[in-house]
Amino acid sequence: MAASTAVTANYVLKPPPYALDALEPHMSKQTLEFHWGKHHRAYVDNLKKQVLGTELEGKPLDHIINKTYNNGDLLPAFNNAAQAWNHEFFWESMKPNGGGKPSGELLALLERDFTSYEKFYEEFNAAAATQFGAGWAWLAYANDKLKVVKTPNAVNPLVLGSFPLLTIDVWEHAYYLDFQNRRPDYIKTFMNNLVSWEAVSARLEAAKAASSSSA
Amino acid sequence: MAIRCVASRKTLAGLKETSSRLIGFRGIQTFTLPDLPYDYGALEPAISGEIMQIHHQKHHQTYVTNYNNALEQLDQAVSKGDASAVVKLQSAIKFNGGGHVNHLIFWKNLAPVKEGGGEPPKGSLGSAIDTHFGSLEGLVKKMSAEGAAVQGSGWVWLGLDKELKKLVVDTTANQDPLVTKGGSLVPLVGIDVWEHAYYLQYKNVRPEYLKNVWKVINWKYASEIYEKECN
Repeated sequence: MAASTAVTANYVLKPPPYALDALEPHMSKQTLEFHWGKHHRAYVDNLKKQVLGTELEGKPLDHIINKTYNNGDLLPAFNNAAQAWNHEFFWESMKPNGGGKPSGELLALLERDFTSYEKFYEEFNAAAATQFGAGWAWLAYANDKLKVVKTPNAVNPLVLGSFPLLTIDVWEHAYYLDFQNRRPDYIKTFMNNLVSWEAVSARLEAAKAASSSSA
Repeated sequence: MAIRCVASRKTLAGLKETSSRLIGFRGIQTFTLPDLPYDYGALEPAISGEIMQIHHQKHHQTYVTNYNNALEQLDQAVSKGDASAVVKLQSAIKFNGGGHVNHLIFWKNLAPVKEGGGEPPKGSLGSAIDTHFGSLEGLVKKMSAEGAAVQGSGWVWLGLDKELKKLVVDTTANQDPLVTKGGSLVPLVGIDVWEHAYYLQYKNVRPEYLKNVWKVINWKYASEIYEKECN
Protein backbone atom coordinates (compact mmCIF):
# COMPACT_ATOMS: atom_id res chain seq x y z
CA MET A 1 0.00 0.00 0.00
CA ALA A 2 1.30 3.45 -0.90
CA ALA A 3 2.76 5.38 2.04
CA SER A 4 1.58 8.86 2.89
CA THR A 5 4.27 11.41 2.34
CA ALA A 6 4.25 14.87 3.86
CA VAL A 7 1.19 14.39 6.03
CA THR A 8 2.23 12.36 9.03
CA ALA A 9 0.87 14.21 12.05
CA ASN A 10 -1.71 12.19 13.93
CA TYR A 11 -4.69 14.24 14.87
CA VAL A 12 -3.49 17.79 14.98
CA LEU A 13 -4.93 20.76 13.14
CA LYS A 14 -1.71 21.96 11.53
CA PRO A 15 -1.91 25.53 10.23
CA PRO A 16 -1.14 26.09 6.53
CA PRO A 17 2.51 26.97 5.83
CA TYR A 18 1.50 30.62 5.21
CA ALA A 19 -0.73 33.23 6.83
CA LEU A 20 -4.48 32.93 6.20
CA ASP A 21 -4.44 36.07 4.05
CA ALA A 22 -1.29 35.14 2.12
CA LEU A 23 -3.11 33.58 -0.83
CA GLU A 24 -5.14 36.70 -1.60
CA PRO A 25 -6.51 37.75 -4.00
CA HIS A 26 -6.70 34.23 -5.43
CA MET A 27 -8.11 32.59 -2.32
CA SER A 28 -9.52 34.97 0.24
CA LYS A 29 -8.64 35.18 3.93
CA GLN A 30 -12.33 34.60 4.64
CA THR A 31 -12.23 31.32 2.74
CA LEU A 32 -9.16 30.17 4.68
CA GLU A 33 -10.77 31.20 7.97
CA PHE A 34 -13.80 29.03 7.26
CA HIS A 35 -12.20 26.26 5.25
CA TRP A 36 -9.22 25.71 7.56
CA GLY A 37 -10.61 27.26 10.75
CA LYS A 38 -14.03 25.54 10.67
CA HIS A 39 -14.22 22.67 8.15
CA HIS A 40 -10.73 21.21 8.58
CA ARG A 41 -10.82 21.82 12.34
CA ALA A 42 -14.14 19.95 12.59
CA TYR A 43 -12.75 16.92 10.73
CA VAL A 44 -9.82 16.75 13.17
CA ASP A 45 -11.93 17.31 16.31
CA ASN A 46 -14.62 14.86 15.21
CA LEU A 47 -12.04 12.23 14.28
CA LYS A 48 -10.53 12.44 17.78
CA LYS A 49 -13.96 11.94 19.35
CA GLN A 50 -14.82 9.15 16.95
CA VAL A 51 -11.71 6.98 17.59
CA LEU A 52 -11.63 7.53 21.36
CA GLY A 53 -11.91 4.20 23.11
CA THR A 54 -11.71 2.20 19.89
CA GLU A 55 -8.86 0.14 18.49
CA LEU A 56 -8.14 3.00 16.09
CA GLU A 57 -7.21 5.37 18.91
CA GLY A 58 -3.61 6.54 18.69
CA LYS A 59 -2.98 4.86 15.33
CA PRO A 60 -1.32 6.92 12.56
CA LEU A 61 -3.71 8.73 10.29
CA ASP A 62 -2.86 6.80 7.13
CA HIS A 63 -3.44 3.54 8.99
CA ILE A 64 -6.92 4.72 10.01
CA ILE A 65 -7.66 5.84 6.45
CA ASN A 66 -6.74 2.48 4.94
CA LYS A 67 -8.53 0.49 7.64
CA THR A 68 -11.75 2.47 7.44
CA TYR A 69 -11.77 2.61 3.63
CA ASN A 70 -12.46 -1.07 3.99
CA ASN A 71 -12.17 -1.74 0.23
CA GLY A 72 -14.85 0.80 -0.57
CA ASP A 73 -17.37 -0.29 2.07
CA LEU A 74 -16.60 2.76 4.18
CA LEU A 75 -16.52 2.54 7.94
CA PRO A 76 -17.74 5.55 10.01
CA ALA A 77 -14.37 7.14 10.77
CA PHE A 78 -13.26 7.21 7.11
CA ASN A 79 -14.82 10.55 6.28
CA ASN A 80 -13.18 12.46 9.14
CA ALA A 81 -9.82 10.68 8.86
CA ALA A 82 -9.48 11.06 5.10
CA GLN A 83 -10.72 14.63 5.11
CA ALA A 84 -8.25 15.57 7.89
CA TRP A 85 -5.46 14.13 5.74
CA ASN A 86 -6.76 15.62 2.48
CA HIS A 87 -7.00 19.13 3.85
CA GLU A 88 -3.51 19.21 5.32
CA PHE A 89 -2.26 17.93 1.95
CA PHE A 90 -4.27 20.62 0.17
CA TRP A 91 -2.86 23.58 2.17
CA GLU A 92 0.64 22.28 1.49
CA SER A 93 -0.18 21.96 -2.23
CA MET A 94 -0.46 25.74 -2.43
CA LYS A 95 1.80 28.71 -1.79
CA PRO A 96 1.64 32.49 -2.23
CA ASN A 97 2.68 33.50 -5.78
CA GLY A 98 2.47 29.90 -6.88
CA GLY A 99 1.06 28.32 -9.99
CA GLY A 100 2.25 28.39 -13.57
CA LYS A 101 4.54 25.91 -15.23
CA PRO A 102 7.04 23.80 -13.27
CA SER A 103 10.60 23.23 -14.46
CA GLY A 104 13.32 20.63 -14.34
CA GLU A 105 12.57 16.98 -13.74
CA LEU A 106 8.93 17.56 -12.86
CA LEU A 107 8.27 19.32 -16.17
CA ALA A 108 10.13 16.55 -18.01
CA LEU A 109 7.93 13.90 -16.37
CA LEU A 110 4.73 15.84 -17.08
CA GLU A 111 5.81 16.11 -20.71
CA ARG A 112 6.65 12.41 -20.78
CA ASP A 113 3.35 11.23 -19.31
CA PHE A 114 0.95 13.84 -20.73
CA THR A 115 2.91 14.86 -23.91
CA SER A 116 2.97 18.50 -22.74
CA TYR A 117 2.33 20.70 -19.69
CA GLU A 118 -0.68 22.12 -21.57
CA LYS A 119 -2.17 18.65 -21.98
CA PHE A 120 -1.62 17.93 -18.27
CA TYR A 121 -3.27 21.29 -17.46
CA GLU A 122 -6.28 20.39 -19.61
CA GLU A 123 -6.62 16.94 -18.06
CA PHE A 124 -6.27 18.15 -14.47
CA ASN A 125 -8.72 20.95 -15.19
CA ALA A 126 -11.25 18.56 -16.73
CA ALA A 127 -10.99 16.12 -13.82
CA ALA A 128 -11.56 18.90 -11.29
CA ALA A 129 -14.44 20.36 -13.31
CA THR A 130 -16.24 17.08 -13.92
CA GLN A 131 -16.03 15.51 -10.44
CA PHE A 132 -19.77 15.64 -9.79
CA GLY A 133 -20.80 16.71 -6.32
CA ALA A 134 -18.10 16.89 -3.66
CA GLY A 135 -14.60 15.55 -4.20
CA TRP A 136 -11.01 16.17 -5.21
CA ALA A 137 -8.78 16.09 -8.27
CA TRP A 138 -5.21 14.80 -7.96
CA LEU A 139 -1.90 14.44 -9.69
CA ALA A 140 -0.68 11.04 -8.51
CA TYR A 141 2.26 8.72 -9.05
CA ALA A 142 2.11 4.95 -9.46
CA ASN A 143 4.19 2.36 -11.32
CA ASP A 144 6.66 5.06 -12.30
CA LYS A 145 3.95 7.08 -14.07
CA LEU A 146 2.19 10.35 -13.36
CA LYS A 147 -1.57 10.39 -13.76
CA VAL A 148 -4.57 12.58 -13.06
CA VAL A 149 -7.25 11.09 -10.83
CA LYS A 150 -10.57 12.43 -9.53
CA THR A 151 -12.24 11.12 -6.40
CA PRO A 152 -15.64 11.60 -4.72
CA ASN A 153 -16.23 13.02 -1.25
CA ALA A 154 -13.31 12.01 1.01
CA VAL A 155 -11.64 9.34 -1.13
CA ASN A 156 -7.96 9.89 -1.93
CA PRO A 157 -5.30 8.07 -4.01
CA LEU A 158 -3.75 6.47 -0.89
CA VAL A 159 -6.60 3.98 -0.81
CA LEU A 160 -6.36 3.46 -4.57
CA GLY A 161 -2.73 2.38 -4.35
CA SER A 162 -0.99 5.50 -5.64
CA PHE A 163 1.07 8.35 -4.18
CA PRO A 164 -0.72 11.71 -4.13
CA LEU A 165 1.45 14.57 -5.42
CA LEU A 166 -0.98 17.48 -5.81
CA THR A 167 -4.62 18.09 -5.02
CA ILE A 168 -7.41 20.59 -5.49
CA ASP A 169 -10.47 20.50 -3.22
CA VAL A 170 -13.65 20.77 -5.33
CA TRP A 171 -16.18 20.53 -2.50
CA GLU A 172 -18.31 23.67 -2.89
CA HIS A 173 -17.09 25.02 0.46
CA ALA A 174 -13.60 25.32 -1.07
CA TYR A 175 -14.65 27.95 -3.61
CA TYR A 176 -18.15 29.17 -2.96
CA LEU A 177 -17.32 32.36 -1.03
CA ASP A 178 -14.82 33.47 -3.69
CA PHE A 179 -16.31 32.05 -6.88
CA GLN A 180 -19.88 30.94 -6.08
CA ASN A 181 -20.91 28.43 -8.77
CA ARG A 182 -17.94 29.25 -11.02
CA ARG A 183 -15.84 26.17 -10.33
CA PRO A 184 -13.92 26.44 -13.65
CA ASP A 185 -12.68 29.93 -12.67
CA TYR A 186 -11.54 28.59 -9.29
CA ILE A 187 -9.65 25.73 -10.94
CA LYS A 188 -7.88 28.09 -13.37
CA THR A 189 -6.94 30.43 -10.53
CA PHE A 190 -5.54 27.48 -8.57
CA MET A 191 -3.49 26.27 -11.56
CA ASN A 192 -2.25 29.71 -12.57
CA ASN A 193 -1.63 31.27 -9.16
CA LEU A 194 -1.56 28.81 -6.27
CA VAL A 195 0.10 25.47 -7.02
CA SER A 196 3.31 24.84 -5.09
CA TRP A 197 5.44 22.87 -7.54
CA GLU A 198 8.16 22.69 -4.84
CA ALA A 199 5.81 20.66 -2.66
CA VAL A 200 4.90 18.45 -5.63
CA SER A 201 8.59 17.83 -6.43
CA ALA A 202 9.39 16.95 -2.81
CA ARG A 203 6.48 14.52 -2.72
CA LEU A 204 7.58 12.97 -6.01
CA GLU A 205 11.09 12.37 -4.61
CA ALA A 206 9.59 10.74 -1.52
CA ALA A 207 7.27 8.63 -3.69
CA LYS A 208 10.13 7.41 -5.88
CA ALA A 209 12.22 6.56 -2.83
CA ALA A 210 9.32 4.70 -1.22
CA SER A 211 8.63 2.82 -4.47
CA SER A 212 12.22 1.67 -4.95
CA SER A 213 12.64 0.64 -1.34
CA SER A 214 9.56 -1.60 -1.52
CA ALA A 215 10.52 -3.02 -4.95
CA MET B 1 -41.35 16.40 -43.04
CA ALA B 2 -41.48 20.22 -42.87
CA ILE B 3 -45.28 20.25 -42.87
CA ARG B 4 -45.38 17.80 -39.98
CA CYS B 5 -43.07 20.04 -37.97
CA VAL B 6 -45.18 23.15 -38.54
CA ALA B 7 -48.31 21.27 -37.53
CA SER B 8 -46.77 19.97 -34.32
CA ARG B 9 -45.42 23.42 -33.42
CA LYS B 10 -48.95 24.87 -33.67
CA THR B 11 -50.38 22.36 -31.27
CA LEU B 12 -47.57 23.17 -28.89
CA ALA B 13 -48.63 26.79 -28.55
CA GLY B 14 -50.80 25.91 -25.59
CA LEU B 15 -47.98 24.19 -23.79
CA LYS B 16 -46.01 27.38 -23.16
CA GLU B 17 -46.38 27.20 -19.41
CA THR B 18 -44.67 23.84 -19.17
CA SER B 19 -40.94 23.67 -18.77
CA SER B 20 -40.33 21.53 -21.83
CA ARG B 21 -40.34 21.90 -25.57
CA LEU B 22 -40.07 19.72 -28.63
CA ILE B 23 -37.32 20.17 -31.15
CA GLY B 24 -36.26 18.39 -34.25
CA PHE B 25 -37.98 15.99 -36.58
CA ARG B 26 -38.10 13.13 -34.12
CA GLY B 27 -39.69 15.29 -31.41
CA ILE B 28 -37.10 14.79 -28.71
CA GLN B 29 -38.30 16.69 -25.71
CA THR B 30 -35.85 19.07 -24.09
CA PHE B 31 -36.29 21.34 -21.12
CA THR B 32 -36.19 24.96 -20.03
CA LEU B 33 -35.75 26.53 -16.63
CA PRO B 34 -39.16 27.51 -15.21
CA ASP B 35 -39.53 30.80 -13.36
CA LEU B 36 -39.94 30.70 -9.60
CA PRO B 37 -43.47 31.43 -8.34
CA TYR B 38 -42.03 34.03 -5.91
CA ASP B 39 -39.30 36.69 -5.90
CA TYR B 40 -35.74 35.69 -5.06
CA GLY B 41 -35.90 37.72 -1.83
CA ALA B 42 -39.29 36.42 -0.75
CA LEU B 43 -37.91 33.61 1.42
CA GLU B 44 -35.76 35.88 3.57
CA PRO B 45 -34.52 35.68 6.24
CA ALA B 46 -34.62 31.88 6.07
CA ILE B 47 -32.90 31.74 2.68
CA SER B 48 -31.22 34.83 1.28
CA GLY B 49 -32.19 36.36 -2.05
CA GLU B 50 -28.55 36.06 -3.16
CA ILE B 51 -28.62 32.31 -2.66
CA MET B 52 -32.01 31.90 -4.35
CA GLN B 53 -30.87 33.81 -7.42
CA ILE B 54 -27.60 31.92 -7.87
CA HIS B 55 -29.21 28.61 -6.99
CA HIS B 56 -31.96 29.08 -9.59
CA GLN B 57 -30.21 31.05 -12.38
CA LYS B 58 -26.85 29.30 -12.21
CA HIS B 59 -27.06 25.86 -10.61
CA HIS B 60 -30.51 24.77 -11.79
CA GLN B 61 -29.95 26.35 -15.22
CA THR B 62 -26.70 24.39 -15.58
CA TYR B 63 -28.50 21.12 -14.83
CA VAL B 64 -31.11 21.99 -17.47
CA THR B 65 -28.49 22.91 -20.09
CA ASN B 66 -26.38 19.82 -19.42
CA TYR B 67 -29.43 17.56 -19.30
CA ASN B 68 -30.54 18.82 -22.72
CA ASN B 69 -27.05 18.20 -24.12
CA ALA B 70 -27.02 14.69 -22.69
CA LEU B 71 -30.47 13.97 -24.13
CA GLU B 72 -29.44 15.13 -27.60
CA GLN B 73 -26.32 12.97 -27.44
CA LEU B 74 -28.44 10.08 -26.17
CA ASP B 75 -30.84 10.51 -29.06
CA GLN B 76 -28.01 10.29 -31.55
CA ALA B 77 -26.46 7.30 -29.82
CA VAL B 78 -29.81 5.48 -29.73
CA SER B 79 -30.48 6.12 -33.43
CA LYS B 80 -27.03 4.87 -34.33
CA GLY B 81 -27.47 1.80 -32.14
CA ASP B 82 -24.31 2.72 -30.25
CA ALA B 83 -24.91 0.79 -27.05
CA SER B 84 -21.71 1.72 -25.29
CA ALA B 85 -22.29 5.43 -25.96
CA VAL B 86 -25.79 5.04 -24.54
CA VAL B 87 -24.47 3.43 -21.37
CA LYS B 88 -21.68 6.01 -21.06
CA LEU B 89 -24.24 8.81 -21.02
CA GLN B 90 -26.18 7.37 -18.09
CA SER B 91 -24.22 9.20 -15.40
CA ALA B 92 -24.62 12.58 -17.14
CA ILE B 93 -28.35 11.89 -17.41
CA LYS B 94 -28.64 10.88 -13.75
CA PHE B 95 -26.62 13.87 -12.54
CA ASN B 96 -28.25 16.52 -14.66
CA GLY B 97 -31.72 15.04 -15.12
CA GLY B 98 -31.78 14.29 -11.42
CA GLY B 99 -30.67 17.84 -10.69
CA HIS B 100 -33.50 19.19 -12.82
CA VAL B 101 -36.15 16.90 -11.32
CA ASN B 102 -35.04 17.55 -7.74
CA HIS B 103 -34.94 21.32 -8.11
CA LEU B 104 -38.36 21.45 -9.76
CA ILE B 105 -39.72 19.82 -6.59
CA PHE B 106 -37.59 22.01 -4.29
CA TRP B 107 -38.90 25.34 -5.64
CA LYS B 108 -42.46 24.08 -5.03
CA ASN B 109 -41.48 22.86 -1.56
CA LEU B 110 -40.70 26.46 -0.59
CA ALA B 111 -43.08 29.38 -0.16
CA PRO B 112 -42.89 32.87 1.32
CA VAL B 113 -44.32 33.09 4.82
CA LYS B 114 -47.16 35.30 3.60
CA GLU B 115 -48.15 32.59 1.15
CA GLY B 116 -48.23 29.85 3.77
CA GLY B 117 -44.55 28.98 4.02
CA GLY B 118 -43.94 27.30 7.36
CA GLU B 119 -47.62 26.69 8.13
CA PRO B 120 -47.95 23.16 9.54
CA PRO B 121 -49.67 20.55 7.37
CA LYS B 122 -53.32 19.89 8.12
CA GLY B 123 -55.67 17.23 6.80
CA SER B 124 -54.56 13.73 5.96
CA LEU B 125 -50.84 14.52 5.65
CA GLY B 126 -50.84 16.20 9.08
CA SER B 127 -52.43 13.10 10.63
CA ALA B 128 -50.12 10.74 8.80
CA ILE B 129 -47.11 12.66 10.11
CA ASP B 130 -48.42 12.42 13.68
CA THR B 131 -49.06 8.71 13.21
CA HIS B 132 -45.64 7.89 11.75
CA PHE B 133 -43.41 10.36 13.59
CA GLY B 134 -45.35 11.25 16.73
CA SER B 135 -45.61 14.90 15.78
CA LEU B 136 -44.42 17.42 13.21
CA GLU B 137 -41.59 18.35 15.59
CA GLY B 138 -40.55 14.69 15.61
CA LEU B 139 -40.42 14.62 11.82
CA VAL B 140 -38.53 17.91 11.63
CA LYS B 141 -35.99 16.69 14.17
CA LYS B 142 -35.43 13.46 12.24
CA MET B 143 -35.11 15.12 8.85
CA SER B 144 -32.80 17.81 10.17
CA ALA B 145 -30.53 15.23 11.82
CA GLU B 146 -30.39 13.07 8.69
CA GLY B 147 -29.83 16.11 6.48
CA ALA B 148 -26.96 17.29 8.67
CA ALA B 149 -25.37 13.85 8.51
CA VAL B 150 -25.25 13.62 4.71
CA GLN B 151 -21.56 13.47 3.82
CA GLY B 152 -20.71 15.43 0.73
CA SER B 153 -23.65 16.55 -1.40
CA GLY B 154 -27.22 15.31 -1.38
CA TRP B 155 -30.81 15.69 -0.28
CA VAL B 156 -33.00 14.73 2.66
CA TRP B 157 -36.56 13.69 1.82
CA LEU B 158 -39.97 13.07 3.26
CA GLY B 159 -41.51 10.54 0.94
CA LEU B 160 -44.60 8.43 0.60
CA ASP B 161 -44.14 4.76 -0.06
CA LYS B 162 -47.15 4.20 -2.33
CA GLU B 163 -47.07 0.43 -1.94
CA LEU B 164 -46.62 0.18 1.80
CA LYS B 165 -48.78 3.28 2.27
CA LYS B 166 -46.44 4.86 4.76
CA LEU B 167 -44.32 7.96 5.13
CA VAL B 168 -40.55 7.59 5.06
CA VAL B 169 -37.56 9.82 5.69
CA ASP B 170 -34.55 9.09 3.51
CA THR B 171 -31.50 10.75 2.00
CA THR B 172 -30.00 10.58 -1.47
CA ALA B 173 -26.47 11.36 -2.62
CA ASN B 174 -25.59 14.00 -5.19
CA GLN B 175 -28.59 14.55 -7.48
CA ASP B 176 -30.07 11.08 -7.17
CA PRO B 177 -33.86 11.47 -7.13
CA LEU B 178 -35.76 9.78 -4.29
CA VAL B 179 -37.03 7.10 -6.65
CA THR B 180 -33.48 5.69 -6.79
CA LYS B 181 -34.00 4.56 -3.18
CA GLY B 182 -37.21 2.69 -4.05
CA GLY B 183 -39.45 2.54 -7.09
CA SER B 184 -42.62 3.17 -5.06
CA LEU B 185 -41.31 6.27 -3.28
CA VAL B 186 -43.01 9.59 -4.08
CA PRO B 187 -41.21 12.73 -2.89
CA LEU B 188 -43.33 15.06 -0.74
CA VAL B 189 -40.66 17.36 0.72
CA GLY B 190 -37.03 17.52 -0.37
CA ILE B 191 -34.39 19.71 1.24
CA ASP B 192 -31.25 20.42 -0.74
CA VAL B 193 -28.16 19.98 1.47
CA TRP B 194 -25.56 20.65 -1.24
CA GLU B 195 -23.34 23.42 0.11
CA HIS B 196 -24.52 25.74 -2.67
CA ALA B 197 -27.98 25.70 -1.08
CA TYR B 198 -26.80 27.48 2.07
CA TYR B 199 -23.10 28.36 2.11
CA LEU B 200 -23.18 32.08 1.35
CA GLN B 201 -25.52 32.62 4.30
CA TYR B 202 -24.88 29.84 6.79
CA LYS B 203 -21.29 28.93 5.83
CA ASN B 204 -20.23 25.63 7.39
CA VAL B 205 -23.17 25.59 9.83
CA ARG B 206 -25.53 23.31 7.92
CA PRO B 207 -27.60 22.53 11.05
CA GLU B 208 -28.52 26.25 11.31
CA TYR B 209 -29.78 26.20 7.70
CA LEU B 210 -31.78 23.07 8.48
CA LYS B 211 -33.26 24.75 11.55
CA ASN B 212 -34.40 27.79 9.56
CA VAL B 213 -35.54 26.24 6.29
CA TRP B 214 -38.67 24.83 7.96
CA LYS B 215 -39.98 28.40 8.26
CA VAL B 216 -40.50 28.48 4.50
CA ILE B 217 -41.50 24.89 3.76
CA ASN B 218 -44.69 24.79 1.70
CA TRP B 219 -46.73 22.05 3.34
CA LYS B 220 -49.73 22.87 1.12
CA TYR B 221 -47.89 21.46 -1.90
CA ALA B 222 -46.77 18.37 0.02
CA SER B 223 -50.37 17.79 1.13
CA GLU B 224 -51.65 18.07 -2.46
CA ILE B 225 -49.21 15.41 -3.64
CA TYR B 226 -49.99 13.19 -0.66
CA GLU B 227 -53.77 13.42 -1.17
CA LYS B 228 -53.44 12.79 -4.89
CA GLU B 229 -51.35 9.66 -4.32
CA CYS B 230 -53.63 8.32 -1.61
CA ASN B 231 -56.77 8.40 -3.77
